[in-house]
Amino acid sequence: MGKIFKYGKDVDTDQIIASQYLLYPTIDEMKAHTFESLDGDFIKKVQPGDFIVADENFGCGSSREQAPAVLKACGIKAVLAKSFARIFYRNSINLGVPVIVCSEVYDHVERGDELELNMEEGYVEVKGVKYACTKVPAYMKNILDQGGLLASLDK
Amino acid sequence: MGMTIAEKIIARAAKVSEARAGNIYVVELDHLMSNDGTTHLTIDMYNKLKNRKIYDKSKLVWIVDHNVPCDSPKTAASQKKMRDFAKENGITFHEGDGICHELMIEKYVNPKELIFGADSHTCSYGELGAFGTGVGCTDYLYAMVTGKSWVLCPETLRFNFTGALQNGATARDLILTIIGRIGANGANYKAMEFAGPGMKNLTMSDRICICNLCVEAGAKTALMEVDDIARAYLKEHGREAADGFVSDEDAVFEKVYDIDLSEIVPVVAKPHFVDNVSPVSEVEDVKINEAFLGSCNNGRIEDLRLGASIIKGKKVAEGVRFLVSPASRDVYDQAMAEGIIETFMDAGAIVVNPNCSVCWGSCQGVIGEGEVLISTGTRNFKGRAGDKNSFVYLGSAATVTASAIAGKIVGAGEV
Repeated sequence: MGKIFKYGKDVDTDQIIASQYLLYPTIDEMKAHTFESLDGDFIKKVQPGDFIVADENFGCGSSREQAPAVLKACGIKAVLAKSFARIFYRNSINLGVPVIVCSEVYDHVERGDELELNMEEGYVEVKGVKYACTKVPAYMKNILDQGGLLASLDK
Repeated sequence: MGMTIAEKIIARAAKVSEARAGNIYVVELDHLMSNDGTTHLTIDMYNKLKNRKIYDKSKLVWIVDHNVPCDSPKTAASQKKMRDFAKENGITFHEGDGICHELMIEKYVNPKELIFGADSHTCSYGELGAFGTGVGCTDYLYAMVTGKSWVLCPETLRFNFTGALQNGATARDLILTIIGRIGANGANYKAMEFAGPGMKNLTMSDRICICNLCVEAGAKTALMEVDDIARAYLKEHGREAADGFVSDEDAVFEKVYDIDLSEIVPVVAKPHFVDNVSPVSEVEDVKINEAFLGSCNNGRIEDLRLGASIIKGKKVAEGVRFLVSPASRDVYDQAMAEGIIETFMDAGAIVVNPNCSVCWGSCQGVIGEGEVLISTGTRNFKGRAGDKNSFVYLGSAATVTASAIAGKIVGAGEV
């Protein structure tokens, strides 16, 4: 169980982590600036195990992997959205951050609600109601299960 | 059933006879480009691997272009890491030579190639018949170490062009119009393929501009056929005038759009989204604080020539900063030789070095609270160019230059 941070349509990578922080030496130094201009409260309130629930086209814009990386560093357990931008989706899978397409949940929840995710059976539950999610394709689920793409390099 | 250009390129890279949209393939990459936006992170991840080996370093091109000149000690440390690693490992390296995509197009890309770049605008190589796509540093590292990656073969949206751009409309207006029509998500995961009799009326610079912006509609890549115009470019730039792939007659496109280039009018993308497109004529009384001519989208000699032709003999409006950044050293040299730099300087513009500059919003021409920028950069997300409460309009080289003169957003016809 974790609480929901709810965001709208077309949340772009500049909102997730702005350009001026990208050349900081480490993700750890960058993460303090996650969602800085969109939601100044995020970094103060986020706890490990929390979720992001968003509308269409989450993560659009840049290929910066720093975007899913700072979310992971902040402890976000998964991102649920009506749809994802391509590069953000791929980057998240590669880092082992579950990105789950869920068309229903966005319209029925509020920021702060508690969410429980069941990836194996493909649903989330909020306030006693279950919402079906699209199962992550097998090829990508495999990458997630091993903890990200690079895990296979060290085998 | 025939194949699209995208399917053919993936089939070649996967060493299979046939590839189909919707399937995943393991492919070999022809080039792997990375810039100073993320290479420092790639190197850190590489150094944590148990088996550290670069599969084929001749395929790597590393380019410092985002924070040039360097803006801070933190950036300096990240760039040093990249510079040192490139030197130690014999990786092709550019610093201060220009924007990554401009250099890739000027020097490295060939038809039929499959290219990963750790930058979203890697979709820019379609005018040379190459499938370029943006990836993050983990994907980049995996390909760097194994020489391979996995790709989901995309569906193709086909755009058939007829006619020619006219009445001051440019390729930038064309691609913004398309993005405005299909939306920021309209080509998500797809290849955008541009063809038709109108193509011969588009220069290489026009074609680069079109391909470059496709990621703003969510596209995986942009593709075009390689015709005589493209072959001439390859030859001029020291490469073989090779053929590219052509979509088969019976290839299957997810959707086909017919676009008459002669109907395109000058447009701008208004804050804060690239698909928030309106004709310039409908934008009234928007005063600007800064204008920018440059970026991987419109920093080529053709764009500078257009801007210079509009501003020659005129001045930048009082209180407006007009920054001009040629996309590469070669472009800068040529602009100097043609007297274009002098024209901009005489007008009161601020000419800077080849780099991502104002578009990147991190180290040059950063705008403050409440300020308005009109730019040939690629994106206008909230806060992209500086303060979170600032406003970015995107437009063509002509619209940007005209606005710099007028001090507000206008079309070139009005100055």
